[in-house]
Amino acid sequence: MMGSSDQASIMPAAARALRRRHLLLGAAALLPAGAAQAQSGGGGQLLNVSYDPTREFYRDFNTAFVQQWKNQSGQAIRASASHGGSGRQARAVIDGLQADVVTLALAYDIDAIAEQGLIAANWQSRLPQNSAPYTSTIVFLVRKGNPKGLRDWGDLAKPGIAVITPNPKTSGGARWNYLAGWAWALRQPGGSPDTAQAYIAALFKNVPVLDTGARGSTTSFVQRGQGDVLLAWENEAHLAFAEFGNDKFDIIYPSLSILAEPPVAVVDRNVDRRGTRAAAEAYLQALYAPEGQALAAKHFYRPRDAGVLAANKARFPQLELVTIDDPAFGGWKPAQATHFNDGGLFDRLYQPGR
Amino acid sequence: MSPRPAIAEPRWARIFLCGLALLLLALFLLLPLAAVFTEALRRGWGPVWQALSDPDAIAAIELTLLVAAIAVPVNTIGGVAGAWCIAKFDFPGRALLLALIELPFSVSPVISGLVWVLLFGAHGWFGPWLQAHDLQIVFALPGLVLATLFVTFPFVARTLIPLMQEQGRSAEEAAATLGASGWQTFFRVTLPEIRWALLSGVLLCNARAMGEFGAVSVVSGHVRGETNTMPLHIEILYNEYQFVGAFAVAALLALLALVTLAAKALLERGGPRGSLAA
Repeated sequence: MMGSSDQASIMPAAARALRRRHLLLGAAALLPAGAAQAQSGGGGQLLNVSYDPTREFYRDFNTAFVQQWKNQSGQAIRASASHGGSGRQARAVIDGLQADVVTLALAYDIDAIAEQGLIAANWQSRLPQNSAPYTSTIVFLVRKGNPKGLRDWGDLAKPGIAVITPNPKTSGGARWNYLAGWAWALRQPGGSPDTAQAYIAALFKNVPVLDTGARGSTTSFVQRGQGDVLLAWENEAHLAFAEFGNDKFDIIYPSLSILAEPPVAVVDRNVDRRGTRAAAEAYLQALYAPEGQALAAKHFYRPRDAGVLAANKARFPQLELVTIDDPAFGGWKPAQATHFNDGGLFDRLYQPGR
Repeated sequence: MSPRPAIAEPRWARIFLCGLALLLLALFLLLPLAAVFTEALRRGWGPVWQALSDPDAIAAIELTLLVAAIAVPVNTIGGVAGAWCIAKFDFPGRALLLALIELPFSVSPVISGLVWVLLFGAHGWFGPWLQAHDLQIVFALPGLVLATLFVTFPFVARTLIPLMQEQGRSAEEAAATLGASGWQTFFRVTLPEIRWALLSGVLLCNARAMGEFGAVSVVSGHVRGETNTMPLHIEILYNEYQFVGAFAVAALLALLALVTLAAKALLERGGPRGSLAA
């Protein structure tokens, strides 16, 4: 009807053909979409829902695992990944994102999924090393030559220093940053929860902007040139180094930092429904195997395997590392309740724009 | 006596105002657009081609086109029906319908995405039923389509309503007195009158459907190569320091939008009686 007028020729024939094809495609795709999605889970696909800075590592690891699984079981599998802030990713899995495995920044976020019944409550004891196949820590990334002379946590709270860190409310990495600073302040001579509070208040007074995720903060510091120092995951700092050349930044290892143990778990309810349990469990096991550990080390995650760690000794300087189970914190649940929940210490100590 | 000029403002004021408008246009529209293409081509065509032929990028492009291909026809039919009701009939609740059609314009895109999670997410109203039947709506294609449908719903209707109201009902009434059926009236009388505005609305709807970020970001799940549309893929590439790749995909998306606008401009020039100005 529309094409009857000669003016219709103004719309190019190709575009008309394309639109017609769109219509057909659209009609074909509309109804079976839900069904197709459900059936694609039948062992053919494995989804890893992960946090922000692991993108490069899991890209390599997924390629390696697909090959390994093919040799091992003869099945061709597709391993895909989704990345974002750790808390937000946990929320998506709770809301129905069909993750076969989750590899998040903190046990607290996996606990949140477990509380909804998607993962067995004892998940953390199902795999070695608290279900954390690799660890990381928090380091300082500073401008080349360290012009402000930032050597340790105390220097970051001095007046006139601009510190870049994401928001502990939304970012797993930011919570590690905060807790590392807290642990340092507690261990200073005369340190007490009061002096630690004063330190954290002074530190966050120096934070001009809180991004929502670790990658956003790195981009603020590296790409947009904001701030004197970035509190970063060790691997993020090295990645920025690799991407932008070592003539722009220096990595500073403080006297003390925190041992971040990013845990992994199979999402029981999803793998049992989709029939992917065997592949999902093999996927997590492969993270502990020497090849997986070597890949982790390549991407600057500290491997658990002693042999791989020894082979990469130069990449991972030794420093004093406190864990979340240190008496100062007592595990994630009390740490979360004391520091990061609404009305917690962070809310009281951080006053933006002051 | 020469006729008084329609615009009586002094010459300098006209030059100043036009210059200001052009300057703002250049600053806020042309400069960012130019930046996208310059950044994309910073290292020549090779990396651009590489970024666009990456399997994840191809998947994102296909998904974007597929979502638009479903959302645009559905909204075209819905938009024409809505505009027809509002412009040609009086009925109780007409103002309410008009307000509802405009709702997506005034709601934040984040909300437009979240509502689907609240309805169809695992803990949403229909979540348990969907899970029992192994159906996936959010974090899959149906969710992306729903979010896009919601956001782009007003475009066709909003383009048509002013024109159809202005045209009035006399032609339809005449058709009815001559014995035309409802469908005949619509296809022979109403549709030919609105076709140029309709095409324009469809093109705008299409541009927005392909470019929508906020709402689809909430329902996407961000699975690489599967549920990432082009705008989401651009964000991912940018966050992975693949700036050339990010801007290459951004340039393609901008190009699609420019082609859409060019098609609209062409249509406006060809359209009769400037009816597209509506």
